[in-house]
Amino acid sequence: MPELKEGCVKPARGPILPAPPPLLAGATPPQEAPKMLARVGKEAIDFEATAFVEGVGFQPVKLSDYKGKWIVLCFYPGDFTFV
Amino acid sequence: MYDEFKALGVVVLSLSTDSRFIHKMWQEYELSKMVKGGVPFPMLSDGGGKIGTVYGVYDEAAGVDIRGRFIIDPDFVIRAMEVLTPEVGRNPKELIRQIKAFQHVVATGEVTPSGWEPGQVTLKPGPALVGRVWEVWKP
Repeated sequence: MPELKEGCVKPARGPILPAPPPLLAGATPPQEAPKMLARVGKEAIDFEATAFVEGVGFQPVKLSDYKGKWIVLCFYPGDFTFV
Repeated sequence: MYDEFKALGVVVLSLSTDSRFIHKMWQEYELSKMVKGGVPFPMLSDGGGKIGTVYGVYDEAAGVDIRGRFIIDPDFVIRAMEVLTPEVGRNPKELIRQIKAFQHVVATGEVTPSGWEPGQVTLKPGPALVGRVWEVWKP
């Protein structure tokens, strides 16, 4: 696969959330911050992120591209840390 | 260890708030010295913790994602989650045990009792089992 053109800044979509229900006339849009939506037994929240892949380079990765497979997601605090 | 995930048909994705450039440097400078050839799975960048926020693992005060692990099944349903404060590392053996257990229950409709390991007795839920678990499961 040819490596994609790379810049210093590349926006990624991040979480891909279902569209909120339409607002009633005159209602103010909710201002609350996004919060935890992940629940066991419920559908995973899709997202797209930039990634480094050994042997490939940089590429965007979308979670739903792996639909149909078992997936393990591992979050961790940071590269070059201790555990 | 990764071969075991591969044999189970599992895709591993790691995420931290580091950029893809840092991931590349970490792979080259350190990980490749710990794992032959470097880690083989995609290392994702969760800049700003937006993904970590919806998964409930983003620490706003520290600006990083804490240690959270999620098992997602082929129907895209979250089956398991484990979240630790950062000081304690994960146990991949337990992760693999859980994946095997979930794969077993999806394939058979059986359920796995506490501490189940592949090959051990499973339970078939239904009216006949009510009050009789003690007869079939002897930990």
